Amino acid sequence: MSRRTRILVLCPALLGLGALFVWAIAGLPAFGDYRGPYGYVLNRVVVPLRHTTNVVMGTTFDVRGVDTMGEEFILLAAVVGVMLLLRDETRSRQAERHTSRLRTDAVRLVGIVMVGAGLLVGLWLMAFGYITPGGGFQGGLVVAGAILVLYLVGSHRDYRPFRDQHALDPLEALGAGGYVVIGLVALVSGTAFLTNLFGLGKTGTLLSSGSIALLNWASAIAVTCAMLLLFAEFLETYVVPLESEDSGS
Amino acid sequence: MLLAATLVPLQAVAFGLVALGAPLVVLTRDPLRQALVNGIYGVSLVCLFVVLQAPDPALSMLVVSSIGYPLVILAAIARVRSRDRTKGDEER
Repeated sequence: MSRRTRILVLCPALLGLGALFVWAIAGLPAFGDYRGPYGYVLNRVVVPLRHTTNVVMGTTFDVRGVDTMGEEFILLAAVVGVMLLLRDETRSRQAERHTSRLRTDAVRLVGIVMVGAGLLVGLWLMAFGYITPGGGFQGGLVVAGAILVLYLVGSHRDYRPFRDQHALDPLEALGAGGYVVIGLVALVSGTAFLTNLFGLGKTGTLLSSGSIALLNWASAIAVTCAMLLLFAEFLETYVVPLESEDSGS
Repeated sequence: MLLAATLVPLQAVAFGLVALGAPLVVLTRDPLRQALVNGIYGVSLVCLFVVLQAPDPALSMLVVSSIGYPLVILAAIARVRSRDRTKGDEER
């Protein structure tokens, strides 16, 4: 197809898309005009009913707990897919290039401080997810990111435990399966799946919100391990021949 | 328009940054630079979420755009480049 015909085909398509877009924008509610009564109800109801001060967490892990379980399994499926594609060939692949170890002390120092700070922030986001903004997903990614920085600034031996698939695979299963188990416990005790069973505790403290806290930790473990597994697979396949580097030092 | 009546200037600036950032990401041709520009664009989205008082999505966006996504792109780029290099060596 020549350039001229392509432009001729493109123009009406762009015009049509533009018209639809303008029509859609014109029909939107005004900026800041929230029309979902559900949100107002949750804002009023979640704190007294669930003793969690982060209504978002109360929604994702309690009111909409089943949706979050689905999302967690999407992540699990994605990671399993990556592993099925990559893990098989990683061992046989020949070392393609060596990464030089970081020699500058200043950069290493900054990196190590970043590892510590990242781990602290990540754990804080996980632990206080149902009190302040944050939660298992965000905290898990921050912790995994901090460990990735450890890989960048430390030696490969420091990083080795965090790419050990024999340790990560069961932990990942524990996180993803733990969510379902907590839901099933409610089912066994005679109520609906994922009903909030445990003591609700005092609002605004770590010992509050009942099973939201446990579900939060389950998803935190699942996300952290999923990201570490993802990093390990990518690093082994794409970037670094870790075995040869380790045996050389 | 109703939009202008309720939009706070700070929100307008955040929206403007996002609107500027998105085409910049698309117009950057070098994948390595694109990963970097995309990270900065992610930070502008984080600012927008914070200004719109949505800290939870802001945190998610922050960690995804600064940790998760760049690593995947960088790994893929490293892979493609090293393959190109070995191919170039064979031809020589």
